[in-house]
Amino acid sequence: MPTARQQRIPTPITKPAIEIEEHVVEILSDSGEGAQKCGQSLGAIAARMGFGIWTVEIIPAEIQPPARSIDGASGNRVRFANRRVTNGGDEADLAVAFNEQVLIGRLRADELKPGSIILLEDKWRSDDDPSIAASYVRVYDELVERGFKVHEIPMEVECLKIVSDARRGKNMFVLGLLSSIYSLDKEAAHEQIRFIFGKKGDLIVTANQKLLDAGFNWAEENLDIKFKIQASAPKEANIVVNGNTSLALGVMASGMEVCAMYPITPATSASHYLSDVFEKVGGVVHQAEDEIAACAFAIGSSYAGKCAVTITSGPGYSLKQECMGLAVMAEIPLVVIDVQRGGPSTGQPTKAEQGDLLTACFGSHGDAPKVVMAASDIEDCFYSVITARKIAETFNTVVVLLSDASLATAQQPFPRPELSEDWLAPPIDQSPVIDGDLPYDWDSRSGQRQRVIPGQPNGMHTLTGLAHDRRSCVAYNLQTNKEGIRHRSLKLAALQKTIKTPPVFGDDKGELLVVGWGSTRGAIEEAVTRVRADGYRVSALHLRILQPLASGIKGILQRFDKVLAVENNWADSLEDELIDEENQRYSNLAWILRARCLVDIDCWGEVGEQPIKPGTIEKVIRERLQ
Amino acid sequence: MSVRASEFLRHAGEEEHSLDDYAGRVPRWCTGCGDLAILTAVQRVCRDEQLPLEKIVFVSGIGCSSRFPHYMGTYGFHGLHGRALPIAEGIKMRRPDLHVFVNMGDGDCCSIGAAHWMHATRYNMNMTVMMHDNNIYGLTKNQASPTSPKGTRSNTTPRGSDLEAFDPLQATLGMSNLSFVAQVADWIPEVLFKVISAAYKHRGFSFIRILQRCPEFQANRWEPCINDPDRLLMLTHENGVQLSPALSRAYRHQEEHDPADLVDARRIVGTSERLPIGIIYQNPDVPCYEDLRKPDRLYTPELIEKGLSEELDKFTIWPPD
Repeated sequence: MPTARQQRIPTPITKPAIEIEEHVVEILSDSGEGAQKCGQSLGAIAARMGFGIWTVEIIPAEIQPPARSIDGASGNRVRFANRRVTNGGDEADLAVAFNEQVLIGRLRADELKPGSIILLEDKWRSDDDPSIAASYVRVYDELVERGFKVHEIPMEVECLKIVSDARRGKNMFVLGLLSSIYSLDKEAAHEQIRFIFGKKGDLIVTANQKLLDAGFNWAEENLDIKFKIQASAPKEANIVVNGNTSLALGVMASGMEVCAMYPITPATSASHYLSDVFEKVGGVVHQAEDEIAACAFAIGSSYAGKCAVTITSGPGYSLKQECMGLAVMAEIPLVVIDVQRGGPSTGQPTKAEQGDLLTACFGSHGDAPKVVMAASDIEDCFYSVITARKIAETFNTVVVLLSDASLATAQQPFPRPELSEDWLAPPIDQSPVIDGDLPYDWDSRSGQRQRVIPGQPNGMHTLTGLAHDRRSCVAYNLQTNKEGIRHRSLKLAALQKTIKTPPVFGDDKGELLVVGWGSTRGAIEEAVTRVRADGYRVSALHLRILQPLASGIKGILQRFDKVLAVENNWADSLEDELIDEENQRYSNLAWILRARCLVDIDCWGEVGEQPIKPGTIEKVIRERLQ
Repeated sequence: MSVRASEFLRHAGEEEHSLDDYAGRVPRWCTGCGDLAILTAVQRVCRDEQLPLEKIVFVSGIGCSSRFPHYMGTYGFHGLHGRALPIAEGIKMRRPDLHVFVNMGDGDCCSIGAAHWMHATRYNMNMTVMMHDNNIYGLTKNQASPTSPKGTRSNTTPRGSDLEAFDPLQATLGMSNLSFVAQVADWIPEVLFKVISAAYKHRGFSFIRILQRCPEFQANRWEPCINDPDRLLMLTHENGVQLSPALSRAYRHQEEHDPADLVDARRIVGTSERLPIGIIYQNPDVPCYEDLRKPDRLYTPELIEKGLSEELDKFTIWPPD
């Protein structure tokens, strides 16, 4: 059987660029070969040219997984289009693989479109180890058999012409290949290389630019693939960051001075970035001895007037719940960010899941009302932190902000924020407390109270996690305890009165309403757009504040024949033999909406390795419409 | 002690705080509880130092000892079981103007909050930390604690506890970045006061283990030591505690111990047949975490705008000119 290499014409090819609206590209390598940097750079170059982009990291669980292993695939998925992109999209149109093994997992997970293009490093074909060579040929033949358009690329050979260690250069060679294939601006690509390697000096920059040029030229001369996406250069300044960096920038812009944390995947990179830059604006990141201490430290800081944030993920969130109960009881403002991951327990630390909504709303112990918000995209990560701090300090309450693994590492451009002084916390009040003012001077209508901060003369009291009266004295009778519970609960109602009813995406009535929250927004709305294009009366509703729920939501749900919650968490399927309407466990949001709105809400949840695809949701919607 | 004229004039117009000012609610501890003695000594230290009431925060965990802040006329934070230290650290981090005191029990410190204790020692934040050690869980009604002697009968060890007691002094002398360790007994008010006073004046994490009587559940625990002064070893030094003549006569076993000498401190704690009382170790030169992490610039909207803008520049794609 002839190989692709033998078929190739070795002279420069003149090829018309096929115009496309969008493509999804995956770059896959062993860990440490730089596929992630290649993917991020590809996204950044595309963004510089005005494409809409969304990048998703493909991360193995180990730092150094075995080379050439199926589970060790590391890399990046880049979706770019001639319009704004809100999610990672469907199956890939093109994949670059540094070895054949890293492709296998993606194929098994149906992440590649049938017949898609594969650019494969060919050095394994002639590997000294006959088993490796055989494995390569087996996979290659299978790919060709299945109809993939496989191009074998001598990446190693070409890179060795420029650098002595091809492992450290292949990623930029591949970036050059892709720059040619997608007709990207070579100057923008050089600029991007200067941006990432600039700190390492001119020699490194030049070497990497040479690698890029080599890849570019090789593709121009040897490959018969060329695409073009029409986009106009951006008119406004945009920033390109991932969700965790966006959260960290939000912390800086929110007026919080203290972040207390403990390392946990996939939340930690937010704290990494913050550790690097927070001191620039007078802030501090404290790496505590454990998750509990991190939350207790944040509570101490907030109590002393310096509102603090603690950033964690599921298991760490569970550990903080005792402390969160204290913050609720003592009415200490606190922002807790939970970058959710696959659970329960250690679960799937690098994979996306939205499984913590119920624990965020109802966790801790006793009656512990707290505010729960969820960021829906990368831009929302930034602004949600600012809102969270503001709500926490206005209502002296705990605000939980949910993000997840898919937002944590996904990149999406958004308009560069301009700091507003309104975002920042005012200086702490140290004026004397007026005689007769009490530390828990609850307003009987709203539950609100003024906050007394240590340092204020005449305000001395002992704050306590015990039930307490208006003087903050321990309450030994039930009536006083009830008074406190009532007022803390009323604060959520007071906040709820200020929340606008969320807008419906699509018509405000129809056959089916798809409800979602958090990172699935882009995929849901894209799926809804597709079925609406076919004339179906389908709309979407996205919730950013999950507790308290805005008014008017029940009314919206009732204007649709059917309501379907779509979430990246578990929902029992009625197709399972033992599952029926009396024992079905709903997806997280479905539980809440059913209880809140008394509407018979259907639900569909997926707990997968990757963020839910718009195509998957589209399929579910079409099934529900039948 | 002489007072500088300028210092005197600065405070001349202020009313002097009396002991009563430092008192809060009426203590609800049992009659004969050692915590009462600790409360009196602490109020005296605050009065003698004339600390502004609004600048003091007493942080506690949960348990009998942790009711302490309620009985002070200052700010207080009655927190969570075991979590007094991280809460206190959070308070101190950005509020160096506040005087932070921590009161916790043996369960708080040596059991549920043991990890926090070890790390708090290492952070060395400037606070005065009192561990009220009565060798028992009192508020939950009589369960053996880590410091209960082997054989202690309690509700969870009805046939006597099986394990040797945990030794907080040996443990703390093994911790990193140590700056102040002392042991006192609630029934020797003079030394109790002197040590708490020295701990307050020490800049750093001043840890005091206080042997504390629980008349309800450990009535006989410290009786032999109270009745027989020979069971105690008084550590004296010009840089530590010096005993009054009366006390010196009562406690015959004394040892000159320089608190700067860590090796000797470990020898005493590890080998002495008698319970050492006094300042066991002190190093005034250990840097405090809040100083190491102190911002080198003022937190202002202008600074945030500048810093944020610089960061955003790193990620910005500017439109073509």
